[in-house]
Amino acid sequence: MKNLKLLMIAAGFIFGGLAAYMTGLGNPVNMGICIACFYRDIAGGLGLHRAEVVQYLRPEIMGIGLGAALSAFVSKDFRPRGGSSPLLRFFLSAFAMIGALVFLGCPVRAVLRLAGGDLNAAVGLLGVAVGALVGIYFLKRGFNLGRAVEQPVLLGWLIPMVMFGLLLLAVFQPGFIFSSEKGPGAAHAALGISLAVGLVIGILAQKTRMCFVGGWRDLFLVKDSYLFSGIAAFFAGALLVNLIMGGVNIGFVDQPVAHNDGLWNFMGMVLVGLGATLLGGCPLRQTILASEGDTDAGICILGILAGAAFSHNFGLASSPAGVGAFGPTAVIIGLVFMVIVGFTMIERYD
Amino acid sequence: MVKIDVRGLSCPIPVVKVKKAMEENPNQPIEVMTDSQVSRENVSRLAENSGYTVKEEENGREFKLYLEPK
Repeated sequence: MKNLKLLMIAAGFIFGGLAAYMTGLGNPVNMGICIACFYRDIAGGLGLHRAEVVQYLRPEIMGIGLGAALSAFVSKDFRPRGGSSPLLRFFLSAFAMIGALVFLGCPVRAVLRLAGGDLNAAVGLLGVAVGALVGIYFLKRGFNLGRAVEQPVLLGWLIPMVMFGLLLLAVFQPGFIFSSEKGPGAAHAALGISLAVGLVIGILAQKTRMCFVGGWRDLFLVKDSYLFSGIAAFFAGALLVNLIMGGVNIGFVDQPVAHNDGLWNFMGMVLVGLGATLLGGCPLRQTILASEGDTDAGICILGILAGAAFSHNFGLASSPAGVGAFGPTAVIIGLVFMVIVGFTMIERYD
Repeated sequence: MVKIDVRGLSCPIPVVKVKKAMEENPNQPIEVMTDSQVSRENVSRLAENSGYTVKEEENGREFKLYLEPK
């Protein structure tokens, strides 16, 4: 157990360091790695939304998926399974994605932004913690999305195959793929570097079960610091690299790819924290699970992509200029939906 | 012995169920059936942090965990 925790701390530190260093290799400032933002960019690259500044098939995501699939296959963790309320998981993850794009980042980027001195991220992380606490309230009352059962092998490999297909599209860039010419989508490291970093993160996250919402949840629910130690180590690694690279700028104003509307930074991340607690993991963890053969997590990936498309097609996503016109409404609808799900999906007998 | 079947349930439901069983049945042994490596690790960690010893029995893809209060 002690060795596992040391592995988690090392993995978190390496992940944080790599995430910060990716900005030096071309990724957007304070967005070296962001699972939600990168899925948003992939949705844009596929033309699912037409926000011209955030369209790029981010190879980090494919690397994470393929690295996790490889690691799971080698360590015999690969297990095709599914059937635990897939449709509900689609909507939960779509709403969580909408919340992340109101804040402008997933729980991974929130920690990365904080390590770059962006204090708005502290407000977002408070939101994640509050969301996790609300989720714990439902878990303690018997919240349960139901049992998954074994699935045919082919189904388990679908998401890794999708990741490989996306990688091929990123390499060969057929004409129907969109790529930003300016804005965050145009800021990226070389494809091979992004892919290699993604592979490393995928393997580390698969081995350690790293989760950027589960860390907070386990701390509150069972006073277990295992997953949280990964988050803390990620922060330390990112902060160290940022300090060496001179990338720490402490404050609320003029932070890169961020806005400083405290209320909606907080509320957006409450939605993410609650959604991820009900789903059993943050977008990073869902990506890892989907790559291990969990088809319910695969549905979450589709929900995340759909959430990104809704966010940019319907004016829900924030921008550095501020919160989108309908972002707050969507967050409130999402919270009401999740609370209804939380109260209704209670196990009545066992 | 208290028996809990968490097969097919994903994280963190198995941990929540085992923790509830520990609270409702203090100082009693608990048997947990699981089919997931993650649940096996998480339940074992909870048990060790809660003062139980853990014995494991592997049967193909399924695991039986025997949690004994120390």
